[in-house]
Amino acid sequence: MSVRLRPDAVEEAQEALRGHERVLPRGAGTKPALSSPPDGTVTLDVSGLTGIEEYDPEELTFTARAGTSLGEIEAALAENGQYLPFDPPLVAAGATLGGAVAAGTSGPLRYRSGGVRDFILGVRFLDGEGRLVRAGGRVVKNAAGFDLSKLMVGSAGRLGVMVELSFKVFPQPQAWATLTVDCAGLDDALALMGALATAPLDLEALDLEPPGRLWLRLAGLADAMPARLERLEGILERSGERLEGEEEGALWREVRDFAWVAEDAAIVKVALVPKRVPELEAKLEPLAVKRRYGAGANIAWLAWPGERPAQELDELLRSLGLAGVFLTGSPPKPMVGTHRGGAFAQRVKSALDPSGRFPDV
Amino acid sequence: MLLSALGAIYPPARILTSRAELAPYECDALTSFRASPRAVVLAESTDEVVETVRACHRLGVPYVARGSGTSLSGGSLPIEEGIVIALNRLNRILELDPEQRTAVVEPGAINSQVSAAAAPHNLFYAPDPSSQSICSIGGNLAFNAGGAHCLKHGMTSSSVLGAKVVLPDGELVELGGESIEPVGPDWMGLFVGSEGMFGIALEITLRLMPSADRTRTVLSAYESLEAAGNAAAKVVAAGLLPVAMEIMDKLAIEAAEGSVKPGYPEGIEALMIVELEGDHETVDREFEQLLEVLEGAGATEVREPDDDAQRALYWEGRKSAFSAVGWLSPDYIVQDGVVPRTRLGEALAEIGRLSEEHGIRVANVFHAGDGNLHPLILFKGSEEGALERAEELAGEILRMCIRLGGSVTGEHGIAMEKRAFLPEMFGEEDIEMMRRLWRAVDPAQIANRGKMFLPEEELERDEAADPDAAPSSAAVAGTAGPPPGGASSGEARRDTR
Ligand SMILES: Cc1cc2nc3c(=O)[nH]c(=O)nc-3n(C[C@H](O)[C@H](O)[C@H](O)COP(=O)(O)OP(=O)(O)OC[C@H]3O[C@@H](n4cnc5c(N)ncnc54)[C@H](O)[C@@H]3O)c2cc1C
Ligand SMILES: Cc1cc2nc3c(=O)[nH]c(=O)nc-3n(C[C@H](O)[C@H](O)[C@H](O)COP(=O)(O)OP(=O)(O)OC[C@H]3O[C@@H](n4cnc5c(N)ncnc54)[C@H](O)[C@@H]3O)c2cc1C
Repeated sequence: MSVRLRPDAVEEAQEALRGHERVLPRGAGTKPALSSPPDGTVTLDVSGLTGIEEYDPEELTFTARAGTSLGEIEAALAENGQYLPFDPPLVAAGATLGGAVAAGTSGPLRYRSGGVRDFILGVRFLDGEGRLVRAGGRVVKNAAGFDLSKLMVGSAGRLGVMVELSFKVFPQPQAWATLTVDCAGLDDALALMGALATAPLDLEALDLEPPGRLWLRLAGLADAMPARLERLEGILERSGERLEGEEEGALWREVRDFAWVAEDAAIVKVALVPKRVPELEAKLEPLAVKRRYGAGANIAWLAWPGERPAQELDELLRSLGLAGVFLTGSPPKPMVGTHRGGAFAQRVKSALDPSGRFPDV
Repeated sequence: MLLSALGAIYPPARILTSRAELAPYECDALTSFRASPRAVVLAESTDEVVETVRACHRLGVPYVARGSGTSLSGGSLPIEEGIVIALNRLNRILELDPEQRTAVVEPGAINSQVSAAAAPHNLFYAPDPSSQSICSIGGNLAFNAGGAHCLKHGMTSSSVLGAKVVLPDGELVELGGESIEPVGPDWMGLFVGSEGMFGIALEITLRLMPSADRTRTVLSAYESLEAAGNAAAKVVAAGLLPVAMEIMDKLAIEAAEGSVKPGYPEGIEALMIVELEGDHETVDREFEQLLEVLEGAGATEVREPDDDAQRALYWEGRKSAFSAVGWLSPDYIVQDGVVPRTRLGEALAEIGRLSEEHGIRVANVFHAGDGNLHPLILFKGSEEGALERAEELAGEILRMCIRLGGSVTGEHGIAMEKRAFLPEMFGEEDIEMMRRLWRAVDPAQIANRGKMFLPEEELERDEAADPDAAPSSAAVAGTAGPPPGGASSGEARRDTR
């Protein structure tokens, strides 16, 4: 039986944290592989710490409490024609701002705009001893002190409990358009991606659906779009399908929110670069694992079948020297594959959480 | 013992110990702080660096890594009882992979050489500090350096993907990787900007960006500096995302015209350079929109450079501004505080007011797009008390930045110069956490000891003397004065020329 705690104020969260030996924070629980507590660990539910505290549309920055839902934030931004360019997944499922940072998840648009790490400006968090610590700031540029805000990205609740976050945002583009192109196969698709890498196209998103389908997304001024699409098609030298309007937006929302992942499969994120794709494909193809590559094949999203043990994927990724993380499902440990950081990671963890209140990273 | 340990790693010619040999390493670009180390070693391989760090750790000798020594905050100032590990000979570009858009470089590689190597592939390395033709990637990483074009592409941190690092006890670790999207805690992100206190980056994987096919630049003139600041805020609020947006005031313009002669409009109070970049279909349209915003924001003149040569000249005027100010004044302090962009006009008006009140000239040349001020406080170091008066003004400007909700540094770092201001920006718990981190990563406290944090004994002494004592800033380009916060004789001394 795990005890649940749901503070509404920072002081309550501090007290709750200090009152328990093993704690794991949880936002809304959209990434249960990360937020399900190991045995003997209590869940600190931060979804009560909500609310946008400061949002100045002219400054293009906001500060909100960590349990605020991404949906609420996106709505407030949209009213002013702004958005979160790192495009966090699972918004409709109720994902929180703190959960998005701790899971370190960015969506397809991170290809051009950058990920969570490139938009986070500052954080207030509780360390493992329940001390309230502030790092970074609320302005778009800041080099004062160690960059603990970035460290919180991907920390999976294992380095601190975030209570407040500051971000920068961007103005929403006027128009969007997508081209999907079917290549002759994986090699052809990767060759085309290689050519696109150095072309001055400002692609917003570049996804690969193996073996050979590329998804290319453009954004910007509506007037400029037809000419840009034409130029893009010229470079591709392969015929593609154009998508615009409501249908186009819905398509990418489905991609971002993993509509393509079967109910009983676990969502896994793997970091890589395009040149590693063939090796990973060779391993996954025989296993019939559904997958998709985002951010110009800098991320692989896997739908790991429910019946396959997480350990199998762990070994598979280790054999390739790749790092991955389970977002959903119930793996024994969410981090799989070869993770870096070594002694540096251990020492930083020992400073932030000296008595080991949070689970291991 | 130290010298024999170093002798086992380096041939004699690469261990510098004589006064004359050490002189060039006594300071960085913040020349008011100087210290002579016990030795400087010139590393030519990463193995040598690792062996040196291990020897330092074994013998309890502090060290300072040094790239090109262009830090403006005293980051590469030597420690008297320690050594300097010079990395500038480790300057190779090891790998460049256009299809992955990555480059792997040694830490001493020069910033602009990375872009030069990438250019044939239509790629470039985005962070462009004004010192880009001399500063090193290792120094950029340690300080999370910025530049005019970081407005769109992000600071150094957004362009560093991974690094091989030697920790201060000689242990080797790998942080980050090749992917633009990390998995797990962002250890690399924490290491960037750690001011040399978490160890030495030995091999760095950088993200490259594709060059745009259209760049358009516009120079606009204003009747006051405040008006220019307000125009910058309007460009941001209009939803335009320029790649760079820089402001210069009358004094900075005068300095530029006195040196590189960029041919800016005459007799104006302030100018702003805005640059748009991207595909030509978009840029040409956004440019029209930009011109409308500028005219609506009260620009008295709007000029597009005739050609690339003139555009380059406009930028040279901006990028050489720091050195050009030497033409106006024998000495200056440069600060790099940040304010919210919506409050730029207000901040600039306040700097003007403070300048008048103190009777000290201040030139302004800065990154308006991200609210990163660079007030250059002009004074004559040979005048009795001039430095102290300039420092007082610098301190008031930094406090204004904090008051407006900003930061004391946007890109130059804390190091020596702003140690005393960190406690004004952060609370005790916040700073204690940073210290705890440093102690955990470097238990022997040998990596760049004395930077970022005031020495604890000094903190206590200051508090005992006067709890409200105004901290002293000290970014002075070659000038005289007493040590800030009463640095003891064991510490770096202020140059008394
Ligand atoms: C496909 C899908 C559909 C769903 N549909 C619904 C629905 O219709 N209705 C409904 O009510 N629910 C639904 N859920 C569940 C619901 O979405 C979750 O309750 C919740 O959305 C959000 O979790 P989160 O993103 O905030 O991250 P979490 O899963 O809570 O946490 C992710 C990681 O972040 C850490 N973390 C979270 N917050 C912090 C913090 N403040 N500081 C430090 N670390 C933190 C956690 O420890 C964990 O490691 C759905 C879930 C999924 C996957
Ligand atoms: C004229 C002028 C203009 C400038 N303009 C800008 C500007 O526009 N933007 C900006 O951000 N800065 C600017 N600077 C400041 C300076 O150039 C930057 O801070 C730069 O990043 C320092 O690089 P460097 O190689 O000279 O580093 P150094 O001064 O040699 O070292 C700086 C710090 O980095 C550490 N370090 C060096 N190498 C490593 C390594 N491999 N691993 C770990 N730590 C290391 C050192 O220990 C030291 O603490 C300017 C300076 C000058 C003189």
